[in-house]
Amino acid sequence: MKMSSIPVRKFDAIIVGAGGAGLRAALQLSEAGMKTAVLSKVFPTRSHTVAAQGGVSASLGNSEPDHWHWHMYDTVKGSDWLGDQDAIEFMCREAPNVVIELEHFGMPFDRNSDGTIYQRPFGGHMSNFGEKPVRRACAAADRTGHAMLHALYQRNVRANTQFFVEWMALDLIRDSEGNVQGVVAMEMETSEIVIFQAKATLFATGGAGRIFASSTNAFINTGDGLGMAARAGIPLEDMEFWQFHPTGVAGAGVLITEGVRGEGGILRNANGERFMERYAPNAKDLASRDVVSRAMVTEINEGRGCGPNKDHVLLDITHLDPEVIMSKLPGIREISIKFAGVDPIKAPIPVVPTCHYQMGGIPTNYRGEVVVEDQVVKGFYAAGECACASVHGANRLGTNSLLDLLVFGKSSGNSMIDFIKGQPKDLPELVMNDVERSVARVARLDNQTQGANVNEARTAMQRTMQAHCGVFRFNDMLQEGVKKILEVEVMVKNTVIADKSKTFNTARLEALELENLIEVAKATMISAEARKESRGAHVRDDAADTAENPNGRDDQNWLKHTLWHREGNRLTYKPVNLKPLSVETIALKTRSY
Amino acid sequence: MTTQTVKFRIYRYDPDKDAKPYMQDISVEVDPSTERKLLDALVKLKVVDESLSFRRSCREGVCGSDAMNINGKNGLACITDLASLKQPIEVRPLPGLPVVRDLIVDMTQFFKQYHSIKPYVINNSPAPDRERLQSQEDRKELDGLYECILCACCSTSCPSFWWNPDKFVGPAGLLAAYRFIADTRDEATSERLDDLEDPYRLFRCHSIMNCVDVCPKELNPTKAIGKIKDLMVKRIS
Repeated sequence: MKMSSIPVRKFDAIIVGAGGAGLRAALQLSEAGMKTAVLSKVFPTRSHTVAAQGGVSASLGNSEPDHWHWHMYDTVKGSDWLGDQDAIEFMCREAPNVVIELEHFGMPFDRNSDGTIYQRPFGGHMSNFGEKPVRRACAAADRTGHAMLHALYQRNVRANTQFFVEWMALDLIRDSEGNVQGVVAMEMETSEIVIFQAKATLFATGGAGRIFASSTNAFINTGDGLGMAARAGIPLEDMEFWQFHPTGVAGAGVLITEGVRGEGGILRNANGERFMERYAPNAKDLASRDVVSRAMVTEINEGRGCGPNKDHVLLDITHLDPEVIMSKLPGIREISIKFAGVDPIKAPIPVVPTCHYQMGGIPTNYRGEVVVEDQVVKGFYAAGECACASVHGANRLGTNSLLDLLVFGKSSGNSMIDFIKGQPKDLPELVMNDVERSVARVARLDNQTQGANVNEARTAMQRTMQAHCGVFRFNDMLQEGVKKILEVEVMVKNTVIADKSKTFNTARLEALELENLIEVAKATMISAEARKESRGAHVRDDAADTAENPNGRDDQNWLKHTLWHREGNRLTYKPVNLKPLSVETIALKTRSY
Repeated sequence: MTTQTVKFRIYRYDPDKDAKPYMQDISVEVDPSTERKLLDALVKLKVVDESLSFRRSCREGVCGSDAMNINGKNGLACITDLASLKQPIEVRPLPGLPVVRDLIVDMTQFFKQYHSIKPYVINNSPAPDRERLQSQEDRKELDGLYECILCACCSTSCPSFWWNPDKFVGPAGLLAAYRFIADTRDEATSERLDDLEDPYRLFRCHSIMNCVDVCPKELNPTKAIGKIKDLMVKRIS
C-alpha cells in the first residue's frame, strides 16, 4: 500500500471512544464550535458505560449532610493512598457540578419525595471522614450507566457532534518530537484505512478487562487505547491494580451492582453467616471492594463456599420489600433470573469476585493531559478507564468510575479547547513513520498464511492472567506468569486469520484487538511481579500483615506509581502526589473499614 | 465436561465472495453448564468458522448489539436460552434492513428515524443552580420508556416499518418521542406533536403489536404510540 494513497481527514479534535468520557469531552468541544470527530468501534450507546448500574457519586447531600471533603477522604483511603490527592480533590469538588449538569442534559435520575435526585449508600462512601455510610450515589434505578450514556449521546445529537461509527483506531501518530498528530483508523465495514489528523487527540477507549478469563467486561473492552499508547512509546501507569468486583454472577461473570448491598443486601457463606461482620466490623457489606472480594475468596478457600463445588457465596436480598426490589433494582432482578436462574425476591444470588475495572492506564494529570517524565505530551489527552489521573490509586470506590468519566471527560475537553486555540490554523506536515508501522500490522495479517490461532492465543493469555494474577497473588506464580505471558506474546505476533474478506471482517478485528490486549497483559503481569508489597487490590503472599507494614503495605519503599515501558519491558517509578489543591494532605493511615 | 450438540441453520452472505446469500447447516458442541445462551453458541461457532460475522458486546442484554432473527422472531442472542429453542436453530439477520455481511445489517435508516424525533430534552428556560425538581410520580412516567437499548428488534419486526422505513418513524423512534413528551422537564411537546402529525411519521402504526411481542426489555411501544395519539386528539378538542 502506497502511503501517499491513504486519505487524510483533518479536524480540530479527534476523540477515540464514545463511552461516557468520550461523549462528555465531545460535548464540550462541539458546543465550543470545534470541528470534532468521534471514532467508535460500536454505535455510541453500545459502549460499556451502558453496563454501569449502581450510581454516580456526588456530595449533593440530598438525603443527609455530605461534603466533597469527606468524599475526597474516602477516595484517598479507598485508593490505599496511591491516588494523587490533587486529582482526587479536583474530582470530588467538581462532582456536584457535573452531576447537576447531567440532570440538566435530561438524565432520568430517580427522585426523592422533594423532587431532588435520589441517592443511595455505596461501598466505602462515608460521612464525616470515615464515620458511617452516607447516601452519595446518584442513581437511575440500577441502570445508571445506561441512562447516563444515552443522555450524553442524546445531548451530542443536539450539539451535532460528528461520529464515525464502527471505525477502529489502529495506531497513534507522533511526530519526530513526540507530539501527537492524530490516529490511523480502519472503517470496519469496508476495511478502508484513513488518517485522522488533528490538533488534539483524546483517548477515551475504556478498559481491558478481557485480559482475564472471567470478567464483567464487554467483548469490546480490549484496551485499544493502551495498546496504541504503548506501541507509540507512552508508558502505562499502575497496571498491576485491577479491581475484582465482589459480585459477579457465579459462572456467567455478569455484574450485580454494589447498589444491591447499598439497598440492604447481605453476603452469606455456606453456614448462612453474614461473614463481612468479621472482616469489616464497621462498614460490613459496604466495605471497599478489594476488602470484600478478599473476604469472599478467603471464605471460599477455607471451605465455607456455597453450592456443590463450594465455589461461590450468596448475595441475599430476600429480606427486602419486594416493592423496593422492583423499583430500585429491577435490572438486577432481570439479570439474576436470566443468568443465575434465581428470582432474588425468593432466593439469594450466587456470586463470586470477578475482574471488573482497571485502576491504571495512560498517565495523565487532572486536566486530562498525558504526562511522561513530568512533560506534557503535546496534543495528547486521555480520560476515563483508559487513563490514570490517578484518582483510583490501588482500589477504586464504586460510583467513582462514572464520576471519573464526567469530570475528566469535561476537563480534558476544556484543556483541548485551550490548546487548539493556541495552535496555528493549518495543521503541520504529517510524519508517516507510525502510519507505516500501522499499515504493516494490517498487511501482516492479510499476508500471513500460517501461524498461531487467534482464539487459542487469547485463551492462553486469559488463563495465564486468571491463574497467575488474581485476587491473591503469589511470588512464584507471578514469576512464572511473566514467563508465560511473554510466550503468549510470541504467539500473538504470529497470529493467522483465514478470513481475508474486506467486508466487516470481525476475525481481523479480533486479531488486532488481541495485539492491544497483550500489551495490557504484559504491563499488568510485569508490574505486579515487581511490586513487593500489598496495597489495595494488589495483595501478595510475601508481603504479609506485620506491625511495621500493616496489611502488608510498605510505604517506605512502595508509595509510588509504577510506569511500564513497552520497550524492553522496563519499569520506572514516580512519586505519588500527596499534596491536594487547596486542603491539607490526607495523611497516611492504616486502612480498615 | 459433557458437551451437547447444537444444530444451526444460519444465514450467510459475504459480498466479497458470495454471489447471493445462502443458508449454512452447521453444528457446534457446547458445555451446557456454562454455555447456556444463544450468543455463547455463536461465539463457539465462530471458533470453528471464524468467517461467521455478527455484532456483540455486553453479553447481558443492555448494549443492544446482538439483535437478530431467531427461529422467525427477533431477539437478543445474549439473553436467549439455547434450551428454549427448537433445533436446528434458524438464525437470520434482522428483517427489512440491508445486509452488510452474515448477521450484520446496515442500521442507518433505523438511527435516522431515531434522530428525527429530536431525542434530547428541549428546555430553553435558564437552568437553575441545582437540579430541576421532578416529583416521583412525574419521574415514574419515564419508566418503560427510557430503558430502550436501540437494538431495533421492534422496528424491524414492524410491517409498517418494512414498507416505509424512510417515512414511518417506527416503534423505537416513537417510544423515544414519547419519552421526551412525558418528561416534565421538556418544553417542546407541541412542536413534537406537530412533527409527528403526519400520515406516515406516526399514523402508519396500525397497532399490529409485533414490537411489544419482541421487545427484549419488555417495553411497550404500542402503548406509547397510543398516548401520543391521545394527546393529538386532546389538543384538537
